[in-house]
Order: sequence, then C-alpha cells, then structure tokens
Amino acid sequence: MTPLLQVTGLSKHYGARIGCAGVAFDLYPGEVLGIVGESGSGKSTLLNCLAGHLTPDRGQVLFDTRADGLRDTVTMSEPERRMLARTDWAFVHQNPRDGLRMGVSAGGNVGERLMAVGGRHYGRIRDTATDWLGRVEIAADRIDDRPSAFSGGMQQRLQIARNLVTGPRLVFMDEPTGGLDVSVQARLLDLLRGLVREMGLSAILVTHDLAVVRLLADRLMVMKSGHVVEAGLTDQVLDDPQHPYTQLLVSSVLQM
Amino acid sequence: MTQSDQYNFAYLDEQTKRMIRRALLKGLAIPGYQVPFASREMPMPYGWGTGGVQVSAACLTPEDTLKVIDQGADDTTNAVSIRKFFERTAGVATTEHTPDASLIQTRHRIPETPLTQDQILVYQVPIPEPLRFLEPRETETRKMHELQEYGLMHVRLYEDIAQHGHIATAYAYPVRVEGRYVMDPSPIPKFDNPKLGDCPAIQLFGAGREQRIYALPPYTQVVSLDFDDHPFDPSKADHDCALCGAADSYLDEVIVDDRGGRIFVCSDTDYCAGRRAETGGPE
Repeated sequence: MTPLLQVTGLSKHYGARIGCAGVAFDLYPGEVLGIVGESGSGKSTLLNCLAGHLTPDRGQVLFDTRADGLRDTVTMSEPERRMLARTDWAFVHQNPRDGLRMGVSAGGNVGERLMAVGGRHYGRIRDTATDWLGRVEIAADRIDDRPSAFSGGMQQRLQIARNLVTGPRLVFMDEPTGGLDVSVQARLLDLLRGLVREMGLSAILVTHDLAVVRLLADRLMVMKSGHVVEAGLTDQVLDDPQHPYTQLLVSSVLQM
Repeated sequence: MTQSDQYNFAYLDEQTKRMIRRALLKGLAIPGYQVPFASREMPMPYGWGTGGVQVSAACLTPEDTLKVIDQGADDTTNAVSIRKFFERTAGVATTEHTPDASLIQTRHRIPETPLTQDQILVYQVPIPEPLRFLEPRETETRKMHELQEYGLMHVRLYEDIAQHGHIATAYAYPVRVEGRYVMDPSPIPKFDNPKLGDCPAIQLFGAGREQRIYALPPYTQVVSLDFDDHPFDPSKADHDCALCGAADSYLDEVIVDDRGGRIFVCSDTDYCAGRRAETGGPE
C-alpha cells in the first residue's frame, strides 16, 4: 500500500533556533497520527510545515495526490498547493475564530469550500450544508445564524463541518479540543472518532493532551526540542514509554 | 494672465498625466485588473470623484466635448462642480446631451442612450476591491485575484439569498471580466450591469483614495455572477417614468409632497428630456 503522506528529513529553523529537525514518518490511509510534546517542542511548526503554511528549510513532504500519485508539496506550485488545501486537505485550528468567517452565517461557512471548488447551485449547496450541520450535531434552524452566536463547542464543531464538507482525505488538527471544557471535549472527541472512522479519514493530530491521543490516535510521535524522541503505536508508547522524556510526560498526567 | 494660463491644460501636469495614461494602457491590456497608480491630491475631497477626475484629465484633449453625470443627472452638485472644474481648467466644450459627448464622466450610472465607439466613459469608484468586505487583507485579496480564487464572492451572494430569499445586492454587483478577473463595476445599479459587456465605448474606472485604475476595452465580455438556481436579474422599479413614460429606463423614486405622494422618474435626465422633447410632453 502506498502511504498517503511520506515525510523525510523535514527541518525548519527560525534563524539559529530549531523549529523542528530531521522529522520522518509515513502516514497510511485511514490512520490517525498523534503528535505530542510540551509547548515549544516544535509540534505546531511541524504541522504548519506539513500543511503548507510554512516552508521547511529541508526535507520532502510527499502527498499521494488523486491525479499524479506521490508529489512533493514543498516544491509544487502555490496554486496546486492551495487547491489541495481546499479539496483533499483540511485544517482544524485550535481557536475556531481562526478557521471560521465570523461575519458569515453557519451555512455560508460550510458552503464556502463547495463554492471555492465550483459549486454554483444554491439549493444543493444549502442542502449539503444542512446535512453537514446535522452530522456535527448543530440544529438545522441555526443555519442562518452567525458563528458569533454559537458556543465555543458549537463553533469548533462548525469548523469541523466546514473542513470536512469537500470530503478531504487528510485532516490536520491543531489542538482541536483545547479551550473546551471536559464534557464538551468528550462530545467533540466522540464526534471526531465517528467521522474519522465513517469517512476513512487520515489525520495528523497535534495536542498536549495525552487522553485525546489515547482516544483518537493509532500511532504516536513524541517531540522534544524540535526532535522526535519516540514513536510507535499509541498504547505501546503510553503504556511502556522508553525515552526518559516520554516517561516524564506520561507520569505527569494527573490521575483522579 | 488669464485663468487658463495659470494651470496646465486640464489641471494636472504632463508628467502626472503620462503616469495615469500608462496605468490606463495597462488596465486596458488586462481587462478588470486593478492597476495601482500614484493618485494626486485634487482640489476636491475624496469621495467626490477624485479618481474619475484624474482619469478624465489624463484623457481630455482640447477638441473633446465633456459630459458629467451624477446618479444619471446632469444638474446635481457633483456633476455641476466637476463640469465647472474642467470648463475652467481645460476650457473644453461641455454638453448634457449624451450622443454629443466624446468623454463622459459618471458617478453611479451608465447613460440610457447606447454609447458609441467614439466615446469614453469614466467611472468614479469609491472601493475598487470587490472582495474587500469579505477579506479585509489586501495581500490576501491580491493573491485571490492572482490565483482566481473567487469562491468567496459567491459566499456573499449565498448570504444574500439565505437572508432575503433572493440576491439582494442591488448596486456594485460583482462581475467577471472575460472569464478572468472579478471586478467591482463601481456602485452602478445592477440594472446597468448588462450594458457593461460588449459595449462599443472604452470604459475606464478611477479610484482616487484607493489609488487604483482599471478598465474595460470595447466589446469586452462581462458576466454578472449568480447561482444556477438564482440567475442574475437586472431589476428596476416596477413602474413607467411619470414624465416621459419610458418603461425601459432606470427610475428614481421622488417624493413630491408632504402627504407621502411619490412618483417614479427616469434617473437619466438627458434621456428623459430627450424623450419629452420628441413627444412634446411636459417640460
């Protein structure tokens, strides 16, 4: 099986400082990869390099495009990369305000990606938007409300609907549950797990919350100071951490 | 020393006109593309048509006949002051009669009388960027134009239908030029949008405050954006003109007394007067 995403030797420096260095992994279709680490460990830098928001200094990010197979997204032209970003990729921001248009209704937010890829039939766009709001448990009568009238959890679910509406194959998630209270988090995780399984999505999930990766991720990479210090199956890494830093990370989770 | 000796012809100095003409030529070569230009301070406030005045000044020759309209009318403040301005600084002939004019500067209307190949129509533009209210970052909107990412424009129309049941945008209705650039046609009513396309006259757009010039060469394809199930509708008030009886011209609603009495009259005063002169109707 060809991997969906093949990353080799990825490095990004901020001047003399390391953002991330020598990252390499394969991501297969249907797989969820968790990236954990403390603040400043290079998780977000890595994610932004993968999603094309930052240009890495070295390395390759090969994505299995529908048309031409494996292509390096770092060297492909900007129109192609932006096309990928609004069709085959999705990016869920930690703060829904970064990922939503706050001045546009919920239906317009979900419909934007459809219109961006050429949807020109109002009725069909609206039906799809209604359908997706239902899938993320937002009542259909809220379709014309603006996201500013939504709660934090609803905004996050709306952001997910807006991203998944074009049927992407790879979802980048940057702390999708950060800033939500625990019960809302649980519901969101449940929803994400269902969608990932139902749509056969691959996802790269950045978080500092080990409980979130335990629930969602198949595989796990632990980052420290820009380097991947340990990688493996999620349960294996969390139950039997080998690297001292991973041991510290696992043992510092509060138990109740 | 007479008044006209104190200023260069048509107020602007020759170097400035040259700079504006370069921008105009570039705009004509790339229809719908917003060309930046070094807009000058003009002796009138921004919002009074400083962009249009600069474009007109760069196009005027002493042989030209100038017509200036404001919302279709020749006799409103903006039209009168700009016409006077060029009478004094350029000494060109002026007219209110559309077919006699070789250069027409307009604010928010296209004349009802069809234009010809010998005419230039200059628009005053307040905000040249059609994506401005959806995406405030100029760096981002330029990128969107570059990569033809115009999905956002339809989001605006979607919001209209979601809120009002139909596309409620009635003026500054976005158009796509030659299948390439999305353009703001300046705040003309959408009734005038069909006249933009395939027009024999040269159409020039000047935005003074925003420092942008764009243009439509003659016979350019201009398509108003819409949805398949909500097609573009160049609507107007559902009346005939109360003065000349025209059923095909754009109408203004005018309140005529203190008891709420109102009539609909042609917004294009020259067109209305011409029709009344032909039929011998009321003056």
